[in-house]
Amino acid sequence: MGEMIKTEQLCYEYRGPNESKVTALSNINLSIQDGEFVAIIGTNGSGKSTLAKHFNALLLPSGGNCYINGLNTRDEKYLWNIRQNVGMVFQNPDNQIVATIVEEDVAFGPENLGIAPAEIAQRVAEALNIVGMTDYRQHAPHLLSGGQKQRVAIAGALAMRSRCLVFDEPTAMLDPRGRKEVLQTVKKINEKEKITIVYITHDMEEALHADKVIVMDQGAIVLDGPPEVVFSQVSLLKSLGLDVPLAADIAQELRNRNMLIPRKIISDEELVVALCP
Amino acid sequence: MSIKLENVVYTYMQGTPYERVALQNINLEIHPGEFIGIIGHTGSGKSTLIQHFNGLLKPTSGCVRIDDIDLHQNKKLAKQAKRKVGMVFQYPEHQLFEETVFADIAFGPRNLGLSEEEVDFRVRKAMQFVGLNYDTVADRSPFQLSGGQMRRIAIAGVIATEPEYLILDEPSAGLDPRGRREIFSQIKNLHAAAGNAVVLVTHNMEDVLQVATRLIVMSEGRILLDDKPETLFWNYHEQLVSVGVDVPHIISLLKKLRAAGLAVGECQLTVEAAATAICEALGGQSRAE
Ligand SMILES: Nc1ncnc2c1ncn2[C@@H]1O[C@H](COP(=O)(O)OP(=O)(O)O)[C@@H](O)[C@H]1O
Ligand SMILES: Nc1ncnc2c1ncn2[C@@H]1O[C@H](COP(=O)(O)OP(=O)(O)O)[C@@H](O)[C@H]1O
Ligand SMILES: [Mg+2]
Ligand SMILES: [Mg+2]
Repeated sequence: MGEMIKTEQLCYEYRGPNESKVTALSNINLSIQDGEFVAIIGTNGSGKSTLAKHFNALLLPSGGNCYINGLNTRDEKYLWNIRQNVGMVFQNPDNQIVATIVEEDVAFGPENLGIAPAEIAQRVAEALNIVGMTDYRQHAPHLLSGGQKQRVAIAGALAMRSRCLVFDEPTAMLDPRGRKEVLQTVKKINEKEKITIVYITHDMEEALHADKVIVMDQGAIVLDGPPEVVFSQVSLLKSLGLDVPLAADIAQELRNRNMLIPRKIISDEELVVALCP
Repeated sequence: MSIKLENVVYTYMQGTPYERVALQNINLEIHPGEFIGIIGHTGSGKSTLIQHFNGLLKPTSGCVRIDDIDLHQNKKLAKQAKRKVGMVFQYPEHQLFEETVFADIAFGPRNLGLSEEEVDFRVRKAMQFVGLNYDTVADRSPFQLSGGQMRRIAIAGVIATEPEYLILDEPSAGLDPRGRREIFSQIKNLHAAAGNAVVLVTHNMEDVLQVATRLIVMSEGRILLDDKPETLFWNYHEQLVSVGVDVPHIISLLKKLRAAGLAVGECQLTVEAAATAICEALGGQSRAE
């Protein structure tokens, strides 16, 4: 397995008015393997979106380096390679739609690459099938539900043959059904298509599905590990203003009452097993 | 004193091929001091319903009264009655339009014909209330601020009119957990201090459990259930799931424990109460090694 994303001492400063500077990221070191599903959590302003924008060279580091598939994002000759390899899905599905028919929307990226029409048609059909939107291929995107729009956006990235998808709070504006649709689609493309996933979310139950969770605070990484390790730090996460998964929260409350509960409980099932053996 | 809906039916685009009945025979009364949550899947009619509370939509049939004034009879009386209702729409940040934060929040109170001095006082109070710093933010353009801050400005603008009935349509959508908690504790404080009625449309069950004392469940344009949140979630769990409503995670978890043989009692739906119920069910001792 290769390394999909790597950062070394990555720093980023935004320029404010009158020469002022806002430090949004300081000394970020991380490594994301090919095929991994990584969740990033942190309060608003902690630097998640700024970091995500480095992963497809929308932003370039003010200090340090960012490598995608071993290619330094600073090197202009790799820009298109990187942009094609790393797709982005943002919070507001309405801002991502470019065409008036679902199929055309999905075809937009590959068309820009100058790919032959027959190949495009095949890629679009395949991508819509993977996200379960084949029946909607002739629909107008703006009439779809929020969850469906996000699945179309995912299909667009698949049609580009992106090997890594970066999601910036893709479910924040969706209802519970839409959230489930999107999360299931993300898990599917990770498991079946082996696509690397970077998934920014405020929903801790969503983050439980990741292989690895990165916690950001004030532009720095404060925790980086498997979900069971990260989410057992209940008091630290709460002090950062974050939620914790319910099972971890209750387990901690039971420990506070002097009950012996195993450390690494984060899911409902684990709590049920611990309490009802 | 109440907002009262009697046999309200609402049909969008009546008489066209796109006709759509969004509300069917709604009967409902909202009293001062109540904190009501409205839940239901997307398209169940929540937004249509609340737009009747201040006369934005006129029922296709049936009537809406605020403090006994029919909103669609006498225009002049109705106009005054509608001022008692403050409405924060879904994604209210899309409705900001003034050049400064101050002007945006002042818009409502100015419309009430208050003196500039009173307007200034109310803007300061409302900004403090939603956690915006008057000195650093009031003169800025609302469009330079973050999404969460814009949301606060929109809420402040409505609060500054001091409505007797405050209606919020999914105010926490898109906010992070801290932002959500902050806004809700503010709304809770306002409710406690002013004793006004608050109606909250939300998908977020944790919000509902935190604040609502009465819960209305909408399905297919009808009121399916109307009761205390705890009562609803303990007793109608399956029915709620079947109409596509997200039930609070805590109730699913407690029911999983029950199904696995741990006799947890019907408790309040907080982490603390759940822990107490679990301890009691275990007889005070842990079975975990
Ligand atoms: N375009 C910008 N100009 C100036 N500062 C910015 C800009 N975008 C973000 N920031 C600042 O950078 C920091 C990190 O923001 P961001 O990456 O958006 O965080 P998150 O996605 O975790 O909410 C914040 O302090 C934010 O105010
Ligand atoms: N402006 C409109 N024109 C036509 N139909 C509408 C309009 N607004 C809502 N509807 C329809 O009315 C029903 C109820 O919608 P709404 O009140 O927005 O539900 P909710 O807020 O619960 O998601 C839905 O079927 C919706 O498609
Ligand atoms: Mg962000
Ligand atoms: Mg709505």
